[in-house]
Amino acid sequence: MENEVILIGLAGVLASAAPVIFATIGETFAERSGVVNLSVNGTMLLTAMAGFVAAVLTKSVVVGFLVGLIVGALVALLVAFSSITLKLSQVAVGYVLTMTCRDLAYFLGNPYVGIEGVRINVVPIPVLSDIPILGTLLFKQDVMTYLSFILIVVAYVWIFKTRPGMMLQGVGERPAAAHNRGANVNRLRYIYTVLGGALVGISGPMYSLSVKAGWQGTISGLDGIGWIVLAITIFGAWNPLRAAFGAYLFALLQWLGLVLQPVLTGIPSQVLQAAPFPLMILTLLFVNIGDAEWVDRVLAQLPEGTRRAIVRIFRALRSQPPAALGTPFERQ
Amino acid sequence: MQHNEKRWQNLGFQLGAVVLALLLTSLVILAAGAPPLDAYKQLLKGAFGTKMNVADTVVAWVPLLLATSGLLVTFAAGLWNIGVEGQIILGSIFTTGVLKLLQDSPLPPAFIIVLAVLGGMLGGGLWAVLAGVLKTFGGVNEIFGGLGLNFIATSMTIWLIFGPWKRPGVGSMSGTEPFPESLWLPTLPGLRLSIWAVMLGIIALVVIYFLLQGTYFGLKLKAVGNNPRAAFLLGIPTWQYMLLSFFLCGLFAGLAGSLQVVAVYHRLIPSISSGYGYLGLMVAMLINYQAFWVAPVAFFFVALNIGSIQLPIALKLDSSLSGVIQGSLVLAVLVVEGIRHRLLRK
Repeated sequence: MENEVILIGLAGVLASAAPVIFATIGETFAERSGVVNLSVNGTMLLTAMAGFVAAVLTKSVVVGFLVGLIVGALVALLVAFSSITLKLSQVAVGYVLTMTCRDLAYFLGNPYVGIEGVRINVVPIPVLSDIPILGTLLFKQDVMTYLSFILIVVAYVWIFKTRPGMMLQGVGERPAAAHNRGANVNRLRYIYTVLGGALVGISGPMYSLSVKAGWQGTISGLDGIGWIVLAITIFGAWNPLRAAFGAYLFALLQWLGLVLQPVLTGIPSQVLQAAPFPLMILTLLFVNIGDAEWVDRVLAQLPEGTRRAIVRIFRALRSQPPAALGTPFERQ
Repeated sequence: MQHNEKRWQNLGFQLGAVVLALLLTSLVILAAGAPPLDAYKQLLKGAFGTKMNVADTVVAWVPLLLATSGLLVTFAAGLWNIGVEGQIILGSIFTTGVLKLLQDSPLPPAFIIVLAVLGGMLGGGLWAVLAGVLKTFGGVNEIFGGLGLNFIATSMTIWLIFGPWKRPGVGSMSGTEPFPESLWLPTLPGLRLSIWAVMLGIIALVVIYFLLQGTYFGLKLKAVGNNPRAAFLLGIPTWQYMLLSFFLCGLFAGLAGSLQVVAVYHRLIPSISSGYGYLGLMVAMLINYQAFWVAPVAFFFVALNIGSIQLPIALKLDSSLSGVIQGSLVLAVLVVEGIRHRLLRK
């Protein structure tokens, strides 16, 4: 019995990681092409609201997800236009968009706060869901969670095993070389930024129609997740597999926080809710600190064996961004 | 002659941006089912309708003025100090801490207030340096470091209000126990407005203006911001300058948070900053980091904030409309400016 409870909890972790996976892989596509879409946090809130409202008005969750997808793609199109065509600072435009989309979500979503909504259902897969342990874990989920499993694999294969994926890597790493080989750098950047935005846009309704069903305005508890998504993109080293690992780790820690709350009575719940953020900083510290100059100097003082071990850990954790990330492409 | 023509052209583009922003927000208001003109009228009324409204707008102007002034220093050094929000909060926490520590001491109240304000500035400065150290020594981008520290600062406030600093009896969202009136900055009769706070805000802006425009330090800071590698080769100690600019910005943000305690709320409340740091970044972007424009644009932005408090009562609209207007304006100005550059290149 006890085991069953834990198993269902872990299945819940896989489901609550699903929106993070969609958003993180979306951002990974955009950044792989060289464009930082910093608007993720606002986009997720806006699409969570828009998707929820659309689903309520049409009584169709499919319409809800479609609206989320379109809104996410449109915001990303704005990011692409200002950074690729107008060559504006990606950070500046992304920041303004993330703030504005958030306020827009609260403003337009205001009449719909707390109303009864629709949500997607769990669809057990016949036969497979009867497998002991794995059945409960993997095959008694909703459609979007199944799609998140598929997305991880497809995104990984696309980026690392296909020709267009190689082109995508080239556009983000060495755009001039990719251009010489016949790639239309700016068009590809447009495509991947908008595609990435669409994936981020799907993640919003995944909250409001499933993981945290409903729309609660400022207390929806979604504000901040988008920033975690951006951090997981870095932690994931722009690799869908490692990004998915980060997303599951994040969801697992959140679940543990929830489960352990009755035990940790000394800590107010608000503090526990903020726990992901110090973890985010520490994680980014671990993946980046190996490159710091002073670390090299300190390591040089250590005995050979220890030094090698530490260097190996740093190297495994290390996460290097695409070389042309954030810089516009100029044809010579 | 040609110079003059260009000026008019610029003005035209900027006017176009404002019209575009107004158009966008009007559409949003229509989508929410309200007449846009009424909404704008309510905003004006809420910000300037009565003497009390005007005073509240000026009260809110001070922290935004301070946060934006501080941000100009980090922007000059090429840094995206999103952590300014948390630096304001730490200013409030440190000030509250000093006041709590000294409120029963025999020291003269004016001296206690000065110590508390200095403590708040230090708190903001240290929180900023933390983000700076994470960047310079840990490789953590200041956007993520600062943002994480903001969330930590907020939860620290709530922990203090419900934990160690809770009111006698039970802690509540209304904040810590208010300080005795002797520890308040004097305000104008019948209003919450403190002339001292306004003076400090204006002095801070003037200091920043001259620091960035008229000193060798400002020049070197801009060199670091433009090209850290070149600045380093020219003999400017790059990381020291970055940390120093974080610290300076934190001092101003800390002052903002400190004044929220000694001049406005007289206690620590959960939303002690209510987003002035995030808003300061928007103001700085809108004015293209020119110190000259901080005062009027910050005033306009807080007028929208204060005015929007009226909206839920008068038109059943959410007060986040102010954020939509501010955001549309910044976005429109950025994009129109980008289009102008692109057209002129051709």
